Order: sequence, then structure tokens, then C-alpha cells
Amino acid sequence: MADPQAKTLFDRIWENHVVGQRDAVTSLIYIDLHLIHELSSPQAFESLALNNRKVRRPDATLAVPDHNVPTTDRDKPVKDPESALQIRLLEENTKAHKIEFFSMHDIRQGIVHIISPEQGLTQPGMSIVCGDSHTSTHGALGAWAFGIGTSEVEHVLATQTLVLRKPANMRITVKGELLNGITSKDLALHIIGVIGAKGATGHVIEYAGPVIEALSVEARMTLCNMTIEAGGRSGLVAPDDKTIRYLKGRPRAPKDGDWDKAVAFWATLKTDAGARFDKEVVVDAKKIEPQVTWGTSPEDVISISGRVPDPTHFENPERREAAKKALQYMGLKPGTLMRDILVDRVFIGSCTNSRIEDLRSAAKVIKGRRVADNIIEALVVPGSGLVKAQAEKEGLDKIFKEAGFEWREPGCSMCLGLNPDKVGPGERCASTSNRNFPGRQGPGARTHLLSPAMAAVAAIVGKLADVREYE
Amino acid sequence: MRKFETLTSWAATLPQPNIDTDQIIPARHLKTVKRDGLGRFAFEAARYDKKGESNPDFIFNQSPFDKAEILIAGANFGCGSSREHAVWALADLGIRAIISEQFADIFASNAPKNGMLLITLGRDEIAELMQHAKSKRVRINLPSQIVEIEDMQVKIPFEMDPFDKKCLLEGLDQIALTLRQNAEISTYEARWEKKTPWLFHD
Ligand code: SF4
Repeated sequence: MADPQAKTLFDRIWENHVVGQRDAVTSLIYIDLHLIHELSSPQAFESLALNNRKVRRPDATLAVPDHNVPTTDRDKPVKDPESALQIRLLEENTKAHKIEFFSMHDIRQGIVHIISPEQGLTQPGMSIVCGDSHTSTHGALGAWAFGIGTSEVEHVLATQTLVLRKPANMRITVKGELLNGITSKDLALHIIGVIGAKGATGHVIEYAGPVIEALSVEARMTLCNMTIEAGGRSGLVAPDDKTIRYLKGRPRAPKDGDWDKAVAFWATLKTDAGARFDKEVVVDAKKIEPQVTWGTSPEDVISISGRVPDPTHFENPERREAAKKALQYMGLKPGTLMRDILVDRVFIGSCTNSRIEDLRSAAKVIKGRRVADNIIEALVVPGSGLVKAQAEKEGLDKIFKEAGFEWREPGCSMCLGLNPDKVGPGERCASTSNRNFPGRQGPGARTHLLSPAMAAVAAIVGKLADVREYE
Repeated sequence: MRKFETLTSWAATLPQPNIDTDQIIPARHLKTVKRDGLGRFAFEAARYDKKGESNPDFIFNQSPFDKAEILIAGANFGCGSSREHAVWALADLGIRAIISEQFADIFASNAPKNGMLLITLGRDEIAELMQHAKSKRVRINLPSQIVEIEDMQVKIPFEMDPFDKKCLLEGLDQIALTLRQNAEISTYEARWEKKTPWLFHD
């Protein structure tokens, strides 16, 4: 029963951050943490300088280069002059404004959405922004986190606030349990398949239910990360004991007396029974098989046991047209078994799936096996220098290298192909990243999104394959 | 910021849904440190063939739509990455207003900050507009929130965020506006720091 007094977790976080009401529908909202990177910030700093404006809270801001950093030869200068300029400007701009900067040579450097939770900077109940749509990742720790454009980056730098209209509340409850071999990536792709690429537009998604509670914090990050692919600017999970255990002792987590105060505050961050959601979706986890995309939108997703769909079977005429175009771009024929699709490249990385648990699950499948001969390149790109170091401590790098994978330095890499790591025209890539848009991994590149373990199996078989047969 | 009041122009149509920001401006062009000059890369993959020649089938390569200042697009326009370069590229291409059934959230917040008007209309209204846009110009009146088709009796009202409307009409700089609320922000900060001291570190 809906109780008008009852609040959702997001209602609570929103209320905590309202500086003031602007007009009937918009509010001035305070931002607790601002993450910046080289791609979406130069124009913001330029305009800040032009208008003679200062950064309001350098202490609530952290910068790291990740989008176009090379993943090899870190001891040499960055070859591509445009990337080098962006990285240099990030360093200069942050220095001028006394903002903390993790350089490419710092072990803490990595993909912005990996390093902030890793450092303990991402905490429950915060408002977090970054000029990057996958900022939704941080919601896994119960933070309200969302991507912004460059004008908003400048707005936050100058004022530590944003003018916002309150998004609507949506809850996705996941019941049952995930079967063997099924990860939160499969769950995320399945959800996008169910609600569509615009299913959560205008909404903040709260993920709830027994399956979400059972997920590790890292697995929750994968799920929240993909929220934007369903149109939702943020996804979140209420903080629990796992969240607190994850944060305890991290370099930037609250210390000493603050820790107990923070834990007590975090305990208040939940949705009341009877709170009203504008949209509710219930998903049965038991029905989910390993997922893989066939088209050019993350909503074009199917079980590995399925076949490439026939566009004429879609009822919606727009969807039919889009599917036809997608199959043309992907070079696929309706009716083809997904597991008959040959793969040219494999990419294990990105802010979706480059944490230590992801690398472990891929390494488990790869151990003692070899990358298939038809694979041109199989890359593992850890999400941060610290993930890389941990993986090396556990010997995962050896497993990957012995199997024929390349073991690289941290960054966004082949997720968007801004550095030399690209998928060639017409080539097919099994990728643990989050977008299969046309040209995303390089002009003409064909992307199939899947989980790290599924990517590992694709590398070994040389085709899309079912991880459950290789465990 | 350039003010927006009324606009009469040919409208280019791109009916497919989910036109993402990678299609509007491919990632490789994000390695710029400037806002201008991105128009020539807008819709690059669709606009040019492999040799870099104009693709005659693409609407922005057809007269009079090559001069269109209005774009009518399929649902979920601007989905994907947060890159404001998508708005800069469209603006540089000459687009000042976009009409769609639904815009992706981040794109929708980026556009008005660059003087670009986004209009959300129903599916049937979009279909009607798309059909007439082939032969007639489209007129947008922001003060009265009406879209019209030239020489026809069609008048379609649209909804609009009052804050975005004000900023567009007056060409306001949002940061300057917020900086005027400096005292209010400081008051908030003091209150919030008391409650969550671990979020403040100087
Ligand atoms: S890994 Fe990919 S999706 Fe994530 S921040 Fe980098 S480019 Fe964006």
C-alpha cells in the first residue's frame, strides 16, 4: 500500500542535497564529489578561465586520465598528439586549481569509475557527478551518481551545485536466484532487454530484492553501470553490511570517530515500506541464461542458446526497421545460432567489467586453455593500477598471458577505441564493455556484449559460446 | 548564449529510434579541446561513404535539408554517452531545435545550455510533422510554445521546463545565475558539513 509519508532511498538522498528551490519544478542541488577526466573537461576549464571563475571545492574533486591513455609503453611519451594534449591540459588545469590528480604513472590511476570506489571516495548517500554517462556505477554503494555534460562540469566546478529537476523513482526487484555461471552482467543485459534502451529514461532505478542483496559490491557496480543503457541516469542499491565491509579501511573512507558517525548515517539510507515508485518491474533471475547482444543497441540482447532474430517478427515498425539495419551492420543473418558466430577479437575490460572479481572469473575459465587460432587479438585491460597489481599477486596475469591474451595497463582502451586499441572495420569483437553502438569500438566495428567469463570462453572457442559448458 | 524566440526553417527528418551520441559524433572526434568546428563530423558515418564522399541518400546531403535548422528525430534521441560534443556538433551543423518523442536524459540537459531547443511531442504529432516536413517548412514559436507547419492550419502546442525556457529566451548563462546564490550555497554547506563532516576535508 502506498503511504504518502513513506520515502524511497532516492527521495532521501535528493532531499539531503537540496540547497534551494529554483522554481516550481527545478532545484539547486549540492554535489559531494566531482570526478573529472581528460575528455569532457578541457572546454569547461577554458570557459572557467575566460570568465575568471574559481573552483569552489577542489577538495571534493578528483581528476584522472583514462579515456585515451595508451595501455602499453607507459614509460614513453603518449604518441598521439591530440591525446597527449588532453592529458597535459588535465594535469595543468587541475594543478592551477589545486585539484588532486592521479597521473598515468600513479598506481592508483585507472578508469574513473573503478578508482573512486576503490579509494573509498564513493560512499553511501553522496551525490556524485562526472562528465561521463557511466557515473551510474557508483550507485552500487548507495550513492546517487550520474553523468553530466561539459557545461554541467563547469557549473559544478564553479558552484559545487547543479540546477536539476527531480527524476522519477523506479524500482527493479530481482527475485529468485542467479543460476550457475550467470553474472550481474547477464542480469544487467537481461533487464535492458526487458525494459528497453529507454525503459528508465527520466528515472533513478533502485535495484532491490534477494538477488541484489546476494550480489557482491563489485557485481552491483556492473549492474548500476549498465543503468544508463536502459536510459536511467542513475541506478542505486541500498547500502548494507556488504557495503560497509567494502568501504572499511579504504584510503578515503571516513576515519576514526567519523567512521562510526558515517555508519550510523548510512543505516538511515533505505526505502520505507510502502514508498511509492513511479514504475515497478519484477524480474525472475532463475530464467536468465548467459546473455549476448546481436545488434547495435544493448536492448538487442538474447540468450546464448538463442538465434539471431528475424526483424520481420518485431511488432513495432520502428524496432523492425532498426533491427534490419542492425543486422546489416552486424553482418548477421536471421536464424543463425548465436553460438555459430565467429569472433575476431576479445576485450576484457571497461568500467563495466575490469575489477578483480571480473578478472578472476575470466581467468578461471581460461586456466590451462589457449586462445583460438582465429582470434586476432585478445586483450585484458585491468580497471586500475591497483586491480592490475592485485591480479598479478594472484598470478592471473600469467594465466592470461600463457593462454595468449595480452595483459595491458589500465584505461578505457577498446571500450571506445580512442587510443590505439581498436576493432577494425567489419571485425567482430566479444566485449565485456557496455555499448554495441555502430562504430563504438572503431569505425565499422561489430560488438557483442557479454560477461567476462563469456568473453573468456569466446576467446578459447573462437566463437560465441556457452560458459556453462566450459566451467 | 544565443537567444531563442521563433524559428522558421526546413526540418530534416531522421525517423529511426535510439540515435546515439556515437552516431551523432564518433568518439574519435572527442579528442578536441575546443567546442567549435565539429559540424563537419556530425553523423559522419551516415553522411559520407568510405571514400569520404557525400552520401546522396542522407537527408543532410539533400537540398533544402542541408540548410535545415530543425531536426525531427526518432525516439530516445541522443542516448549513450554524456558527450556535449553531440550538441556542439549539431549546433555547428546549423541545428537550433530538435523535435522528438523522447530525448535521452543527459542530452536533454546538455542541449538548452547551448541555446538549443528540444521539443517533445507525441508519436502521432511527430508522424504528422515528419510527413509534412518533406514539402513544407516548420515554424517554432517558443514564447507561445507552438509548433506549426507553414501554410497549414496545424498548430501543435508543446510543454517546456520553465527554467530552460527562460534561459533560452533571455540567453542566460546558468552559472552566473547560480553564482548569485552563493550565500545560500554556503549556508547549505555549513549545515551539511555538520551532518556529514567526513565529506569535507580542508
Ligand atoms: S570504460 Fe568505456 S564506458 Fe567506461 S568510462 Fe571508459 S569509455 Fe566510458
